[in-house]
Amino acid sequence: MTSISRDEVAHLAHLARLDLGAEELDHYASQLDVILQAVARISEVTADDIPAMSHPVPMTNVFREDVVTASLNRADVLSMAPAVEDDRFKVPRILDEE
Amino acid sequence: MSQTTYVPFEQALKVYEPVFGLETHVELGTKSKMWCGCSTDFGADANTQVCPVCLGLPGSMPVVNRVAVESTIRIGLALNCSIATWCRFARKNYFYPDMPKDYQISQYDEPLCFDGYLDVTVETPEGPQVVRVEIERVHMEEDTGKLTHAGGATGRIHGADYSLVDYNRAGIPLIEIVTKPVSGTGALAPAVARAYVSELRDVMRALGVSDVRMEEGSLRCDVNLSLNRPGEQWGTRSETKNVNSLRSVERAVRSEIERQASVLDLGDRVIQETRHFHEDTGRSTSGRSKEQAEDYRYFPEPDLVPVAPSDAWVEQLRSTMPEMPSVKRARLQAEWNINEFELASLVNAGALDLVEASIAAGVDSVAARKWWTGELLRVANDTGVELADLQVSPGQIREIEELIALGALNDKLARQVFEGIIHGEGDVASVIAARGLAVVSDDTALLAAIDQALSAQPDVADKIRSGKVQAAGAIVGAVMKSTKGQADAAKVRILLLERLGVSE
Repeated sequence: MTSISRDEVAHLAHLARLDLGAEELDHYASQLDVILQAVARISEVTADDIPAMSHPVPMTNVFREDVVTASLNRADVLSMAPAVEDDRFKVPRILDEE
Repeated sequence: MSQTTYVPFEQALKVYEPVFGLETHVELGTKSKMWCGCSTDFGADANTQVCPVCLGLPGSMPVVNRVAVESTIRIGLALNCSIATWCRFARKNYFYPDMPKDYQISQYDEPLCFDGYLDVTVETPEGPQVVRVEIERVHMEEDTGKLTHAGGATGRIHGADYSLVDYNRAGIPLIEIVTKPVSGTGALAPAVARAYVSELRDVMRALGVSDVRMEEGSLRCDVNLSLNRPGEQWGTRSETKNVNSLRSVERAVRSEIERQASVLDLGDRVIQETRHFHEDTGRSTSGRSKEQAEDYRYFPEPDLVPVAPSDAWVEQLRSTMPEMPSVKRARLQAEWNINEFELASLVNAGALDLVEASIAAGVDSVAARKWWTGELLRVANDTGVELADLQVSPGQIREIEELIALGALNDKLARQVFEGIIHGEGDVASVIAARGLAVVSDDTALLAAIDQALSAQPDVADKIRSGKVQAAGAIVGAVMKSTKGQADAAKVRILLLERLGVSE
């Protein structure tokens, strides 16, 4: 049956920039394993004549017209940011892991 | 850092064959963003064109811009692509602050348009050669926010202490056009790459779907390239980003051929990596190593329903297709009876449409070409603007040409009228009135100017009287100068010779 390795969990944690310790990796690996096994039961009842479904409602072509609507007030927007400089969001240095 | 000695281009091509592919991103010129109603105007104050959707605030829901889909289908049709009958958007998950959602909505294995081609023409010593560049896919996605890296010495990403983010650009409709690998072009590879991007830009302009200004980033290009020895498998490719002008496309291909040849010559392996091109040096430096596609953990975007263009919709869009640039060029070349060289100079000057519009406005075809590729191009180059951005209309050229035909203006005065128009001094009539630019046709005034010039240069006057008619030029020149160019030189010459009783 499906099982997710500790290494795979560590890789996903890195991609999501989550800093997980050794105990946490074991903890989440076993939890995720249970979830994956539960979901895997669905594949027991699928057959080749049932296409994979991504959207529960069979709709297509839902569009909006190309019309400009009001944007948010900048002061309100920047008040949500942890740090601001020069009317921009200030974020930590990037690619520092290289 | 890199002390690489590059193998010269010609030498590299004696040993290796290049294979390249281009990924071109085009920002669509829709009024509003891809999934929300925020404006897409370029140059607005930072973070003033943002809303819960493009900031990725919890609970916000995207809705697809219909015009963006239609523009993409039209691009696909222009590039001879098949249009998908059903396709989905996908989430591309990555952790980088240019996308506040922590994912970009893109398309993965179901692009809206696929399997097309674009024919491009390159100059070779043997004459123009047509190369077919095959198109793998055209898909829809959204642009990202703009990062400014602060604190570092170079302003570039490496060495930055922190970054500042402006999300105005986040969510602007972005179209990615991916070619299939282009092989077998050899030493022409740099020119083919450039010609492809140039032709693509012209197609976008003709369709009116984007302003495709590379300097403003509305058309951006990544170059994938590998080398192999003849008969061997294709090599490992690198991806060069930040190639932001037509000249850079050509230089980036050339430079990467030289760099990879130097790596391979040493017996080393080319690393699959992202490289950053530097406009100033014409070389690239290594960037982050390429994440594997699976690391993006693409999955179907649950917040957007599939797009399923009906045949009727596609056919309706097909009926809005303009004449393609290559077809138009061939037509105009025949209509104007000009050679390849003249056509190329018109195209390179960006004058083709302007000349066509001028002729349509009633200007003679030779005169229209003369003004746009002569005086007006000179002014545009001197002031660093595009020809199309000079505020001169085809109607104004017609007016000026009519005045020249009537003898009320000469070419020199006409240039001053254009200068006045470009400086915003008003229409043709008001520039002529304000600057006093009418041709002096009053014989009395001209004779007075001639007499003055003759008395100032008595030796020249004697020469002419003695039959040396070619000396008349000095007097005519003096008269033109004293009348500030407002006389008809041919007429001055006739009056002068009459005055001195000399015949030709």
